[in-house]
Amino acid sequence: MEIKILGSGCAKCNQLEKVAREAVVSLGIDATIEHVDDFAQIASYGVMTTPALVVDGEVRLAGRVPSAADVARLLESGADTAGSGGCGCGGGCC
Amino acid sequence: MDIFAPLQWLSDRITYDLFGLSPDSHLGAAVNFFFYDVPKIFLLLAVIVFVVSYVRSYFPPEKVRKYLTHRREYLGNILAAMAGVITPFCSCSAVPLFIGFVESGIPLGVTFSFLIASPLVDLVALTLLIALFGWKIAVLYLVSGLVVAIVGGIVLGRMKLEGEIEEYVWKIRMADAAPPEMTRAERVQGAKDQVVDILRRVWLYVVIGIAIGGLMHGFVPADLLARYAGPDNPLAVPIATAFGIPLYSNVAGVIPVAQVLVDKGVALGTVIALLMATVGLSAPEFIILRKVMKPKLIAIFVGLNFVTITITGYVFNWISPWLIG
Repeated sequence: MEIKILGSGCAKCNQLEKVAREAVVSLGIDATIEHVDDFAQIASYGVMTTPALVVDGEVRLAGRVPSAADVARLLESGADTAGSGGCGCGGGCC
Repeated sequence: MDIFAPLQWLSDRITYDLFGLSPDSHLGAAVNFFFYDVPKIFLLLAVIVFVVSYVRSYFPPEKVRKYLTHRREYLGNILAAMAGVITPFCSCSAVPLFIGFVESGIPLGVTFSFLIASPLVDLVALTLLIALFGWKIAVLYLVSGLVVAIVGGIVLGRMKLEGEIEEYVWKIRMADAAPPEMTRAERVQGAKDQVVDILRRVWLYVVIGIAIGGLMHGFVPADLLARYAGPDNPLAVPIATAFGIPLYSNVAGVIPVAQVLVDKGVALGTVIALLMATVGLSAPEFIILRKVMKPKLIAIFVGLNFVTITITGYVFNWISPWLIG
């Protein structure tokens, strides 16, 4: 399983990576996790709201940071649970 | 009917009965302000963020992008500004969003209208304005934020700044990721998550902002600031705007202080200009935008916003007699 975190290094993007790692560990699956911060690459996935989670080439989640449990469920089930809540920063986030 | 009357009652009980402070004392006024406004703001935030997040779930950036793709000047700017209000803004998403818009053929000026409106007319800011300044001013802020974004975008569009965008942006081919449709339950859960997320991020700023505001409310003599930044000082507005640009502050902390500033005699427009400059333009945003915009463009972007915000400040000052009353 190949997991990619798309993000430009802001707090939320790092948080997503952390959560993804937790999920992978809790499931005990064999997965590589890569953090992509190159915008050209991020754009190639069609993602406009970072952070985003890409699993085996498919965008599964964008614009929010779910809990480790949610990510684990996502990785297991293979169902689409992309949310479009956006950052909701309240100004001056990340 | 003041629906927050119960909160005022509770605050009065805490301040005067529990702490035994006198309503006429500075500390009494400050504490009362604190215990009234903090719960009021949290309550408003919870409700408004929930409702707006739910509505927002129907307008993801991908849809907005498709919708704006074939719009021309003027109408495109108006729609983009409105879309900017609907779309939550994150400094880190600014770049992918910018790239996505530009790549799909949306005119630069229209993209700019979106980019100006999104952080400027921010949901938390509006909520706090409602809580501390009332509906009239909040609506006016919303409207002027839109005007600033629309005009700014049109002007920037006219300046033909395509050459000031980093070259690689034009070469990107963005995939068309259609976001999966959410179920009702997912939207509700998403909205709830947003409430928790925002409250978690801003609660401390709100508490600190209200605490400072409360102290100023109680201790700073009325009209002290009016001498320096009141309606009679014509330079107050540009100075306030210039001051706000480098300020990088969570809006939740700034607005309570803004309210007290107005209370103590600083002209409304001056405070609004400061607020807009603080919220709408921030150093982290520019640092990130540097990845797609050449320095000259960023400078023009900032400069133009400086002008439009200053003008807005003057307008607010001019009409403020009709507003605060």
